[in-house]
Amino acid sequence: MSAPLLELDAVSKKFRRPMSLGDRIAAKLGGTVVPHEVRAVDGVSLSVSHSETVGLVGESGCGKSTLGRIAAGILPPTSGVARLDGKPVMSEGRHPHKLTTRVQTVFQDPFASLNPRRRIGDAIAEGPVAHGLVDRAGSRAYVADQLSRVGLDPSYASRFPHQFSGGQRQRIAIARALAMQPDLLICDEPVASLDVSIQAQVLNLFLELRQSLNLTAIFISHDLGVVRHVSDRVAIMYLGRIVEIGPTADIYAAPKHPYTQALLSSVPRLNRRHEGRRAFKPIAGELPSPTSPPTGCHFHPRCPLAEAQCRSVAPELRPMGLTHWAACHLAVKT
Amino acid sequence: MTAALEVRGLKTHFFTRDGVVKAVDGVDLTIAPGRVLGLVGESGSGKSVTGLSVLGLIDPPGRIVEGSVRLEGQELVGLNREAARRVRGRKIAMIFQDPMMTLNPVLRVDTQMFMALRAHEPVPKDAARQQALAALGRVGLPDPEQCLTAYPHQLSGGMRQRVAIAIALLHSPSVIVADEPTTALDVSIQGQILQEMQRLSADTGVALVWITHDLAVVSSLAHDIAVMYAGRIVEQGPAEDVLAAPRHPYTRGLLDSVPGEAQPGKKLAQIPGSIPALVDLPPGCAFRARCSRADSACETMPEIADLGGARAVRCFHPLEGR
Repeated sequence: MSAPLLELDAVSKKFRRPMSLGDRIAAKLGGTVVPHEVRAVDGVSLSVSHSETVGLVGESGCGKSTLGRIAAGILPPTSGVARLDGKPVMSEGRHPHKLTTRVQTVFQDPFASLNPRRRIGDAIAEGPVAHGLVDRAGSRAYVADQLSRVGLDPSYASRFPHQFSGGQRQRIAIARALAMQPDLLICDEPVASLDVSIQAQVLNLFLELRQSLNLTAIFISHDLGVVRHVSDRVAIMYLGRIVEIGPTADIYAAPKHPYTQALLSSVPRLNRRHEGRRAFKPIAGELPSPTSPPTGCHFHPRCPLAEAQCRSVAPELRPMGLTHWAACHLAVKT
Repeated sequence: MTAALEVRGLKTHFFTRDGVVKAVDGVDLTIAPGRVLGLVGESGSGKSVTGLSVLGLIDPPGRIVEGSVRLEGQELVGLNREAARRVRGRKIAMIFQDPMMTLNPVLRVDTQMFMALRAHEPVPKDAARQQALAALGRVGLPDPEQCLTAYPHQLSGGMRQRVAIAIALLHSPSVIVADEPTTALDVSIQGQILQEMQRLSADTGVALVWITHDLAVVSSLAHDIAVMYAGRIVEQGPAEDVLAAPRHPYTRGLLDSVPGEAQPGKKLAQIPGSIPALVDLPPGCAFRARCSRADSACETMPEIADLGGARAVRCFHPLEGR
């Protein structure tokens, strides 16, 4: 097997609230101050091969977006390193910055990621011109190509974001990311705010472009159906850790981690060969706060199988199959 | 048996500077006690405005221009403010998508629940407290006592939505209109709420109108489905029948565009185009520009036609049943 395109090596990201005035005074006077700290991502390793799509699934606060941003070189990891083709995505030092243009991101809300006062043609051309992928004279034709590739009329280049519908705006966001000619695309909930019929159009566009441009992608979503449709492999995250990862078909057919099992059974499914209304078997309890995650396995307070060791020892990812891994003390190979 | 809620020929229009927006343009719905009706549609289909119209919550420039809403036989359209206020919250209640918008952020949960109780009857404080606790217990909140003294921001999203549901249940209404109540929640919490609602409607006999864009939610929760498009119901019937064999091309298109059932990695069947603007909608079937079966007949608006088996469809060229 060839070397992976993207490699996340034990990356962690802590967010710390700035100390309040009172805390700072207490620290100056020699008192002890407990820092408010969120471990958004906790020692995650993940590698993504060329032309592979990996789906990242989890509920809010599980760290999937943070992990995506580390991979995209938007956030520097607190520890660990993200590498693209063996080279770090971000520089080291006090003010780390992104070193590559080969990773680009598509965000959930194109209303927030597109400047409302810029014509979309300018928004798309800005990056490629700045990085010398195209000269200013050729930028108009370049933008026209990018727009027609995502199924928009090239004449739209002179319009503003508010003149487009949600689905069209997401196409623009995709065009802008692809204009940088990336090898890796990070898609952070790209279809979450769209209507079902528009969502299908954007997903189809993604599938088409992925094939024609031979793209590698990380597809972040809370929607298990969407992820199943586009991903080769799926990673399930819970409170900053990957709890299970494996080929899409295996994860959906035979989930090993109790959280994955519960997640899959609590999601309402469109059941067209109908047995009538379904009884739900939801996961009990609330999502714990990421500021004070439970000890041991983060899932143990909600897990029906939890034992004594689950409360004290955090489980490592263990192989469940050739390429299928789960972080559970009790999961067994089949 | 009288229907819990009967809507006939409801038309709600908004009179804006750009023209008349016919957000709801002739909607008929009937729902029996203890049943769950899934009102499905994409954004701009008029499903939320239908819900708000039922409760008489339409503000200018919007107005119910025609139609009737009967709650257990009582006509609600045209009630004066005071009479409407006496019905709302007592006989019919609403749950919204975002409980942070409906709960008052500066009042404790107990204060808000007492206000809701006393809006309709004088209740001594002790009794009010007992009723509030009972309502919170019914929606599966683990610690009702503690929840009563909390402010909304101290609760999680799922707990806030449970409080909103508990408030809706306080007066044991006969109908609850729920507008996308689980859309903002995480899947594991959504599963819990759906389970509670399924149980509550069976236990208390409350009729639920569940407004959502999510067909998967409807397929596991609702007895009946009504699909809306551009202000009108295009198809309705028992949930399993509609999902298994949709007759309207739009329903079919919606179902086919849901990922998860389709072969992974293959192109999803997609509906071309997007929902038309509701200002000055051209005459005829609103879906015809996106429909592969449309022909010249579709330039006039089809009536909703009874198909038997409690099913109805608004289409000149319906798909074959099974």
